[in-house]
Amino acid sequence: MSDTAPMTYREACRQALIEAMEADPRVFMMGEDIGAYGGCYAVTKGLLEMFGPERIRDTPLAESGFTGAGIGAAMVGMRPIVEIMTCNFSLLALDQILNNAATIPHMSGGQFAVPLVIRMATGAGRRVAAQHSHSLEGWYAHIPGIKVVAPAVIADARHMLKSALADPNPVLIFEHVMLYNDTEPFDPSVTAVDIETAAVRREGTAVSIVTYGGSLKKCLAAADTLGEDGISAEVVDLRVLRPLDEATILGSVRKTRRCVIVDEGWRSGSISAEIGMRISEKAFFDLDAPLRRVCAAEVPIPYAPAMEDAALPQVATVVQTVREMLGRG
Amino acid sequence: MTDKVHLDRPRLLHLLEAMVRIRLFEAKCVELYQAQKILGFLHLYDGEEAVSVGVIEALGPADAVVATYREHGQALARGIGMDVLMAEMLGKVEGCCRGRGGSMHIFDAKTRFYGGNAIVGGGLPLAIGVALGDKLMRRDAVTACFFGDGAAGEGEFHESLNLAALWQLPVLFVCENNLYSMGMALERAEAETDIARKAGCYTMPSEAVDGMDVVAVEAATRRALEHIRAGNGPAFLECRTYRFRAHSMFDAQSYRTREEVAAWRDKGPIVRLTRWMSETGLLHEGEYAAIEKRTKAEIEAAVAFAEAGTLEDPADLLTFVTMESVPQEAAGR
Repeated sequence: MSDTAPMTYREACRQALIEAMEADPRVFMMGEDIGAYGGCYAVTKGLLEMFGPERIRDTPLAESGFTGAGIGAAMVGMRPIVEIMTCNFSLLALDQILNNAATIPHMSGGQFAVPLVIRMATGAGRRVAAQHSHSLEGWYAHIPGIKVVAPAVIADARHMLKSALADPNPVLIFEHVMLYNDTEPFDPSVTAVDIETAAVRREGTAVSIVTYGGSLKKCLAAADTLGEDGISAEVVDLRVLRPLDEATILGSVRKTRRCVIVDEGWRSGSISAEIGMRISEKAFFDLDAPLRRVCAAEVPIPYAPAMEDAALPQVATVVQTVREMLGRG
Repeated sequence: MTDKVHLDRPRLLHLLEAMVRIRLFEAKCVELYQAQKILGFLHLYDGEEAVSVGVIEALGPADAVVATYREHGQALARGIGMDVLMAEMLGKVEGCCRGRGGSMHIFDAKTRFYGGNAIVGGGLPLAIGVALGDKLMRRDAVTACFFGDGAAGEGEFHESLNLAALWQLPVLFVCENNLYSMGMALERAEAETDIARKAGCYTMPSEAVDGMDVVAVEAATRRALEHIRAGNGPAFLECRTYRFRAHSMFDAQSYRTREEVAAWRDKGPIVRLTRWMSETGLLHEGEYAAIEKRTKAEIEAAVAFAEAGTLEDPADLLTFVTMESVPQEAAGR
């Protein structure tokens, strides 16, 4: 590791957008307050001045309208990037995402592709209560025809966009709100990442902690704590929620023979349920302990800090769950 | 471009034939539905032919069309082959969408036909994007976006009209107001039943036209296109029309009277044009029969093509769920 400089996750997202806009005249952006305001999370700050209002298009509050506009523009040859402020608001665009973007390539017999990128903020922790805090990426991962990615580290925030734009399919990028201010060393020698594989972020032997997005750093902290107790935890960052990289997940589980899935989404009918079931289907006899999950409590995320914290996966709950699995609870 | 409709005899005969093609094609579809060769939903355009023919006849090959689930008329008027359309209705690989879409989801990249959309209002945002993409790529093209009166109740209608006007996009909005969204009468669904007036609120020229008069529809379309092609942004046409048959293949029609349907049938677009042409000496004896004969021959050929078609191998079920590349024709490159 040489030549690295600290960079925020926000800046990584921003630089990715600038690079994409400079690289391809077909790329343009649409979204609420991305221009004059600079982006609700300041990711698009300065882009209006750099690229002008034709390519950095402030939209009215019309999620379905401008998301559908992204789909249509993608179908005729553009490479739109649509920003939706938070994934809670994306429900207003769900008709377009599911019934058009995800459906038209198959329904048209392969005549049309929808090379569209939709970025949105996800997740809790900012004390903004139940209509701005949910993690719906697992829902989107239910939908055939789209790809769902969740950058959890700086390199992914910086480079997943390029891969998403190169993909002929709709790609949804979920950026966790609690990551934007994170600062990590950024290695400029890494210039590309895939949007196909999961990554083992920490090697271990006793348990696999499978997670993604905003929960990754919690799981790495939990693995540190467990390490102090002599428990070697492996941490797998899914990176891509659809399609799932089964090989990496199963490879890790077969090695450690135990798995806990950590997911900020609700437990019932979740991506964690899907991962658990796939492990059951394909690695059942490799397991030494029942699968476990740490998910958000099944409540609308509340405002009061202690209540919000209690609703979310935390380092301590991950640590406790692993200890229980190993009979050391 | 001109807003004048040339009302010479060959032109009128052409418009008549275009409407008869749609009418008879769908009559054959009813037979095939009853024979259980066409399955699922089948939304007939019977009575509304003047709208698709009048509008699409005024478009050029560079223009784009976005339609609804009641889109056989638009598909035929746009020039999608009757053979591949019929094959699609029968679910055959030779169909324009390989049998994946069926009656409600007709797509055709070659003629810039962006669906067939079975979500009411769902095509409007997509049409905004087609027009925006064309505009950003400096293509001289207009997107004609068809939808029904029911769509006026959807948020996507208002979002899309606003975006088109705000961004001065080349969109021709065509509301096919047949007075009922399924069984819901317009006056029971909307506080303001004048849909053209609603559209006018979005600062675009908006005109209500007799949707049973193909010449009037074409003339209004040409006026609207002149405005759009001059770079003035979108325009709106409300075509007042009527659906002679059930919403889909069967409904009890408890929401309207037989007398009402009969009165509208009497002023149907084909009856009306043939009556007027006959009275003015523009339709000569035997010409209507000749149109029917030609059309029926075309239909029989289309049915034969479709019947001879093949069913897709279920092994290909997942093909095109995700795409390996962007088809170049669709991207207009």
